[in-house]
Amino acid sequence: MEAVSNFLASDLFYRFRKSPVAVIAFIVTALLVLSALFAPWIAPQNPFDPGSLNLMNGFSQPGVPNQFTGETFMLGTDDQGRDVFSTILYGLRISLFVGFSAVMFAMVLGSVLGLIAGYTGGRTDTIIMRIADIQLTFPAILVALLIFGIAKGITPPSYRNEVAIWVLILAIGLSDWVQFARVVRGATLVERNKEYVQAAKLIGRKPMAIMLKHILPNTLGPVLVIATISLALAIIAEATLSFLGVGAPPTQPSLGTLIRIGQGFLFSGEYWILLYPAVTLLALALSVNLLGDWLRDALNPKLK
Amino acid sequence: MSKTSTPAETPLLQVSNLTRIFDVSKPWLNRVVEREPKQFLRAVDNVSFEIRKGETLALVGESGSGKSTVAKMLVGLLDPSEGTILFDGQPMIMNSSERMMELRKRFQMIFQSPYASLNPRWKVADIIAEPMIVLGVEKDSAKIEARVDDLLGLVGLSAADGSKFPHEFSGGQRQRIAIARALSSSPEFIVCDEPTSALDVSVQAQILNLMRDLQDQLGLTYLFISHDLSVVRHMANRIGVLYLGALVEIADSKELFKAPQHPYTRMLLDAVPDLEMTGRQRKEVEGEIPNPINPPSGCTFHPRCPFANDRCKREVPLWTQTRTGVAACHGVEEGRIPSAEMA
Repeated sequence: MEAVSNFLASDLFYRFRKSPVAVIAFIVTALLVLSALFAPWIAPQNPFDPGSLNLMNGFSQPGVPNQFTGETFMLGTDDQGRDVFSTILYGLRISLFVGFSAVMFAMVLGSVLGLIAGYTGGRTDTIIMRIADIQLTFPAILVALLIFGIAKGITPPSYRNEVAIWVLILAIGLSDWVQFARVVRGATLVERNKEYVQAAKLIGRKPMAIMLKHILPNTLGPVLVIATISLALAIIAEATLSFLGVGAPPTQPSLGTLIRIGQGFLFSGEYWILLYPAVTLLALALSVNLLGDWLRDALNPKLK
Repeated sequence: MSKTSTPAETPLLQVSNLTRIFDVSKPWLNRVVEREPKQFLRAVDNVSFEIRKGETLALVGESGSGKSTVAKMLVGLLDPSEGTILFDGQPMIMNSSERMMELRKRFQMIFQSPYASLNPRWKVADIIAEPMIVLGVEKDSAKIEARVDDLLGLVGLSAADGSKFPHEFSGGQRQRIAIARALSSSPEFIVCDEPTSALDVSVQAQILNLMRDLQDQLGLTYLFISHDLSVVRHMANRIGVLYLGALVEIADSKELFKAPQHPYTRMLLDAVPDLEMTGRQRKEVEGEIPNPINPPSGCTFHPRCPFANDRCKREVPLWTQTRTGVAACHGVEEGRIPSAEMA
């Protein structure tokens, strides 16, 4: 309880309240996250369950009763009769899950490597950071495609759909760790020379304990900002990969997969199959990005 | 070596020929391209001294004289390039062996900046408890808590302050917390690296008095590092003067202020502001400390010394016994420097 009241009285919360953009972005993000979390209870049908689908409902227009079955779908249906609203909710789940997990993976990997590079210095530092530099010369999507291709080559076809999501997380995470490593390394270089670290060395603390207990907590501020901004990028990267057909499989469609499916019907007039997932993706990426931008400014002491 | 120590009792700390060389070369590629050799800096050069139990030895000197480097080597934050440190007769080899962890309980350090020496993400009680937990002085959590409260009281804070974070305190209070942490593992010897130089003058006196009280109460031995002679006068039994990484004079505190022997010590004392308005002429410190990468030949002080002659430029001076202690100066040895009794 005390933590909550402390937060409500904090500088950060005051800045948040005073920024309408941040408030709106937060509300949109929260709505999307909540509806993704509670998708099974909100969605009118389960689009992953073929038994609940009726092919006769295919291509229903938004808000207009279907000519064969008389059912009405708020955002229309796709060619298989899947309710677009439901697929969006379930797709949002997958997009957010992949985005969150990929950022988590990148954050842990990048922070650990950055911490080791910054604290150890010397050859270890050089090796880790040169690998990071080399990776930065390739576009993230290319790296992700490469990892995806390798993973596809080594997994047996029968498992492909099951592991697709995890490969996606791995691919996006591995293409994104560099910036975490750089930021944490920079912060570590500053912190490791501070006297509180020397005080810990003096009593014989092991490097691992110093890194994790003393230095890491002091590098988390910038990491949090990057994690928020990376989340938006990871969601878009996931959508891009899925749009290219190498991401989430059609049996478990993410927002990107939905957009890929929808673009096939654009010219035949069924615009809703593409439009609504695209708008949802846009709203999600934009609001998370705006939140990240706001957080960066709010935590930047130079702008205070 | 200082003759003032009684041979019967082994000194708590014996430092002999301590030397630290830093590699300050440019990166390998630059050296190859610019055809430059490796460059080394002797930050500390052949420093020897002893500290007896219960006394305070102060090391003074200008910036860049190697004071802090000596301090860091004594507590194992830097490895000496040459020389030995004996703590209570045992060599200080900074590894994580059982013997060394046992030895680590017995020394501590108070740092210069109370703003950087406390982890901003840790609660004060955790900061103070860390040394005793890590060094295994106390294992029972109730006892640890009680001891943290005691320590907070000892340094003039209240037990309730333990649950706060460092940023809620002023500079002076933070330095009290740092002192409490240093006392946490019940050490005998504390290295104080300019503990008051980051504080307001009004707070400096409080911290210095606290440190003296603690010394009397707990029988602590201090190595006190400072560039502020008035602080040193208040704290030290004996004073060592460092110049360009080398000790140029060691003497009893009172004697040193009364009759400084080495020309450099004189220069420093002449520059101290005279609050009693005795009419003594203040002389400014002349010149700057030379580049330690390329130190002057012979006595490193000769370019700034008013008494320097040819011998000073050629020969490195050795320790000579003086009236008050020891000094490394040809002029003192030859007796050609007029005695300077200070007021």
